[in-house]
Amino acid sequence: MTVVDTKAEKVAGWNRPPVIEPDGEGELLEVAMGPHHPSTHGVFRMDVALDGERVIRLKPVFGYLHRNHEKIAEGASYLASMPYTDRLDYFCSLTNNWAYALAVEKLVGQQVPERAEYIRVILAELTRIQNHASSIGFLIQEMGASGTPLMYAFREREKILDLFESLTGSRMMCNYMRFGGCRVDVSAPWLDATRKVVAGLPAFVDEFEALLSSNEILMARCQGVGILRPDLAVNAGVSGPMLRASGVNYDIRKVDHYGIYDRFQFRIPLGDHGDIYDRYMVRVLEMRESIKILEQALKELPAGPIMDPKAKIRGFRPKPGEAYGRIEAPKGELGFYLISDGGPNPYRYRVRPPSLINLTILEDMCLGHNVADVVLIFGSVDIVLGEVDR
Amino acid sequence: MKTVEEIKAAIEAAVPGAGVEFVPNPSLSAQHSLRLAPESAVAVATFLRDDAELTLDFLSNVSGVDWPDKEVAEKVKVTRTVTKTVDGPDGQKVDQQVEETVEETRKHVEPGCLEAVYHLYSVSKKHGPLVIRLRTANRTDQIELPSLTPVWRAAEFQEREVFDLYGIVFAGHPDLRRILMWPEFKDHPMRKDYVEPDDFEYEPTAHDEVLKRAQEHKDSEQGTGIRDQEAAAK
Repeated sequence: MTVVDTKAEKVAGWNRPPVIEPDGEGELLEVAMGPHHPSTHGVFRMDVALDGERVIRLKPVFGYLHRNHEKIAEGASYLASMPYTDRLDYFCSLTNNWAYALAVEKLVGQQVPERAEYIRVILAELTRIQNHASSIGFLIQEMGASGTPLMYAFREREKILDLFESLTGSRMMCNYMRFGGCRVDVSAPWLDATRKVVAGLPAFVDEFEALLSSNEILMARCQGVGILRPDLAVNAGVSGPMLRASGVNYDIRKVDHYGIYDRFQFRIPLGDHGDIYDRYMVRVLEMRESIKILEQALKELPAGPIMDPKAKIRGFRPKPGEAYGRIEAPKGELGFYLISDGGPNPYRYRVRPPSLINLTILEDMCLGHNVADVVLIFGSVDIVLGEVDR
Repeated sequence: MKTVEEIKAAIEAAVPGAGVEFVPNPSLSAQHSLRLAPESAVAVATFLRDDAELTLDFLSNVSGVDWPDKEVAEKVKVTRTVTKTVDGPDGQKVDQQVEETVEETRKHVEPGCLEAVYHLYSVSKKHGPLVIRLRTANRTDQIELPSLTPVWRAAEFQEREVFDLYGIVFAGHPDLRRILMWPEFKDHPMRKDYVEPDDFEYEPTAHDEVLKRAQEHKDSEQGTGIRDQEAAAK
């Protein structure tokens, strides 16, 4: 096992986590949590140094699922990487598709028809709801509530995945978006089924909240645990619900005005304390806002083409240059940075993974807490290892 | 937000001798960038973060780019004197000096470099992106760049990743280790000239073609496979 360094290197000006001196006289216990640990959501390791139950030092270790996605994409054509982006964050393949399509559309100056924009919003918000529901489910599962909340979340997720399957042919690996539009049009029966599912969602969130929000155990375990200060969150590049739970009003849907999010009325829930409970609450409230967006989008969905007829598919060679496109994925800011040298393959293809960058401050949040809280703090970050390790 | 040229002027006013260079982006995204001199990069980055008007407090993305040595062929017109045999006026062959213009292809190698690209946004002012880039002197021995982790903590893991996959050494990074590859791994897989190891781990008893290929690669390999490293550890 790698020895955990207990003496923090002090670098001038650098925001290192505070060094905690152990109380007792005994030696520190060094524990490798993971890589195969039920709480790590995959293969991920935390090398933890403990003084009794207290965490003195924590070093995350990555790379168990690394397959060099970026190198593979540099050897493939632009479109050929689209199905591979599904495998980054396999809970949210549609938002991954959208982020990649958006970056390429920026690179070549491609316009997207209005109907396709609406479909993208509908699918992205459905993705956000199922991601937040299951991430809360997993978080509660890690608190020891075996099953019930997770099953409630998965029951709802199943309905949304059924919609994805009937539209794209796949439940999780949707591979649906294209540069300049979407792959297949939505049908009237699909829209009816979606309206039905969306109509049932508020009741689900109510039920979820009635079960959890004022639950004594949840409050005792979550409130005041794993606090993240807003200045540190911004400096460390934390994004998504994590950032907003710390009280920073920054949602890329509102900031970048990408897609057609300007047309919808929705609010940005913010946390006050930046603890686990705020992260839970922000996710619940974001689900409610997503339902609002879905209701508006389903009402206004216009007729028309779903693909720009001028979009070039064969012989797709963007002019030399570069572009960085980003969206508000359920886990945070998902960006793609592309450099074209005029060839059919990207010269450089970089994924900005929100899951990895949100883990930068994992140690800061965990120090001084008990081991059992580490599991919760880690769960509240909401990561998927496919995206962390790429 | 100010345009990139205005930001360049602001940097030059605030940090004397910053050595900032404007890099145009010919694509339709029009995200132009600024190339900073490595010596003054930390001072410029601190200015960009703390300046009241810019407040680029959110470092979104750090990515490495590899630009290998490029052989450039140019066509040059060269005039030279050539001796030619021509028919003289009285039917004899006469040697004559003639000036002739010829096109010649000359090749020269443009030295490559490694580049780190930073995308900056402002959370408080809600603007961005500003793209800044840093270049190493070459790809072999002078591969050091200043780390911007003391300015933006967001660079901590991302610079480790660039170090791991591209081999840029970030001076001043508090914890520069490999992040995605295992610690014993040599070489940097995202470089354009990286050769994948060929140690045929999927074939426990190599035979026929596989055996032939394995033997061919035995000496040329970089020694990066798991078996090589196990052997080295023994």
